[in-house]
Amino acid sequence: MPKNYKRPGSLYDTAAHYCPGCGHGILHRMVAQAIDELGVREKTIAIAPVGCAVVAYDYWQFDCAEAAHGRALAVATAIKRCQPDKLVFTYQGDGDLAAIGTAETIHAANRGENLSVIFVNNAVYGMTGGQMAPTTLLSQKTATTPLGRDVKLSGYPLKISEMLALLDGVYSVERVSVSNPKEAMNAQRAIKQAFENQLQGKGFSIVEVLSMCPTYWYKTPQESLKWVDEIMSKYFVLGKLK
Amino acid sequence: MAKITINKKRCKGCQYCIIFCPKKNITLDKTLNENGLSTAAIISEDNCTGCGICYLMCPDCCIEITGGIKI
Amino acid sequence: MKKKILISGNEAMGEAAIRAGCKFYAGYPITPQNELTAYMASELPKRGGIFIQSESELAAINMVYGASASGVRAMTSSSSPGISLKQEGISYISGAQLPAVAINVMRAGPGLGNIWPAQSDYFQATKGGGHGDYHMIVLAPWSVQESYGLTRLAFELADRYRAMAMILSDGILGQMMEPLEFDDEEPMPALIAKPWALTGAQGREPNIVKSLSIRFGDVEKHNLVLQKNFSRIMAKEQRFEASYLEGARAVVVAYGSMARITQAAVVNLRRQGKRVGLFRPISLWPFPAKELARLSKKIKKFLVVEMSYGQMVEDVRLSVCPGARVGFYGRSGGGVPTQKQVEREMLKVLTNNKYA
Repeated sequence: MPKNYKRPGSLYDTAAHYCPGCGHGILHRMVAQAIDELGVREKTIAIAPVGCAVVAYDYWQFDCAEAAHGRALAVATAIKRCQPDKLVFTYQGDGDLAAIGTAETIHAANRGENLSVIFVNNAVYGMTGGQMAPTTLLSQKTATTPLGRDVKLSGYPLKISEMLALLDGVYSVERVSVSNPKEAMNAQRAIKQAFENQLQGKGFSIVEVLSMCPTYWYKTPQESLKWVDEIMSKYFVLGKLK
Repeated sequence: MAKITINKKRCKGCQYCIIFCPKKNITLDKTLNENGLSTAAIISEDNCTGCGICYLMCPDCCIEITGGIKI
Repeated sequence: MKKKILISGNEAMGEAAIRAGCKFYAGYPITPQNELTAYMASELPKRGGIFIQSESELAAINMVYGASASGVRAMTSSSSPGISLKQEGISYISGAQLPAVAINVMRAGPGLGNIWPAQSDYFQATKGGGHGDYHMIVLAPWSVQESYGLTRLAFELADRYRAMAMILSDGILGQMMEPLEFDDEEPMPALIAKPWALTGAQGREPNIVKSLSIRFGDVEKHNLVLQKNFSRIMAKEQRFEASYLEGARAVVVAYGSMARITQAAVVNLRRQGKRVGLFRPISLWPFPAKELARLSKKIKKFLVVEMSYGQMVEDVRLSVCPGARVGFYGRSGGGVPTQKQVEREMLKVLTNNKYA
């Protein structure tokens, strides 16, 4: 049976503002594809972060709330509690979820909110010009670690997914990447799984996605792919954590 | 036999499709698109198996394939 | 049917919210409003609502943002330091034009201050404690009965104007118990359609609840929409109570629990033949400037009394006509002006020494 690879219906047919080689573009399509395959576009409510993906609602054809920086999971908690029949998910970057929003993340997870979280880890703050993020690797150069992240000054890259996997309230934690076809296919599966978990009332599911940011890694798109496969995923190990 | 289309206007020239095409059947177009970027172009239509890896990896959803295969 | 119960201000506001159709409450412990959070914890789930104790006041206001975005009547409550944490969320709620209610049971500040009553959050509430040009509808009760009535009104106005409404109470009003009369068969304020809510894009285009606009000029256009709404509120929702004005040559201006103490002083002075009146703003935003301006055409002497070092006094000075003089007396940090002190200040006003 021939397979047609078409733009998912839930993804507006419009140009995206993301940089060449940015992982967000791949993930927006994967999210839309998962939602279309589950046939839940009309009962989906997304919560967009503050960061490069703040205008995700320009690309997804379903209801969307914009949350204050770091507060997506508090907004999502209330939306899901008020509308348990809807598919509610947050799409957040590393600064949004693991820096300013750490408390909201840990407590939504600990409450076991029946939510899905797409956590895009690209190890920098993209929107604001490539500053250090909680997940910036040691010795990685950013706008705020010009000589490379120094553990004495800025501590270690934060393994938030490992932390969340310890919480009883959390149902599923997976770390995937979109840096090669094998991992990208796995990411597509994991994202759909996170939505299915929610639809079956299983509880809090988070998918951390290692995602390329060529612009602020000061690398070409091709070098960025390699950096994820060879460097980043050594520290942020891929796999099912819970 | 798969039929593949590339939206040249949207392509930003990141070359992911070129890097990952198992058949090495995609290359950079010499002529620049309206944004002044060199974009992806299919080398030979009948060499494409329709595996969809280029679709999978494209950050701008520029590539669509009909009559491909599921991998 | 008519009911009469003895209840604290905090719990009266909880009961009023539930009867006004509040279906979502998020709160965080802070004295002196804990009884309100506890009341919602025990009552709301039993009566078809959702209660969450959040990880911080900041998370709570953002949960209210989410509930309101779902089209649900939502509320949070806190006291001064917690309300400071909510300011960013309140600015976002105003920017996104979401109806919501917040209650501030004010306590002594600044910083951790203490749990004693104060009115030192007036500026924060009426001039905007968050960023950007926005206003909250701010209502100030002076009794348990009015705490009940204004909480209900807050939900009505929030929905009508798609705005943030705040009840400015304080430690006295929150903690003290007084009789409360209400009709337990009174229906909640009529629900109004919320086509903008996020309920799933079924049979309609997707809705977006946001306050960001990327394209140049869009935020300015959006601000003009907000400003038009604020001027509509200013024109229609100024509330006050003026009393003892017959033949008055001087008027005391006070709100909330401070107005209760001032009323006692005014009554006592009138008994001694002193011609003083009381003007009590009920809506602190929109400030009842129209009525004060009208009053100040005839009456030229005003005294403002607050549990702060002078905040509402500025609005009074802005409102009165030229030639009217506005004195101020205030104590804060938990200090509460006594009736005697208010009377002493009023006598100075009457003998002009206040303005010497």
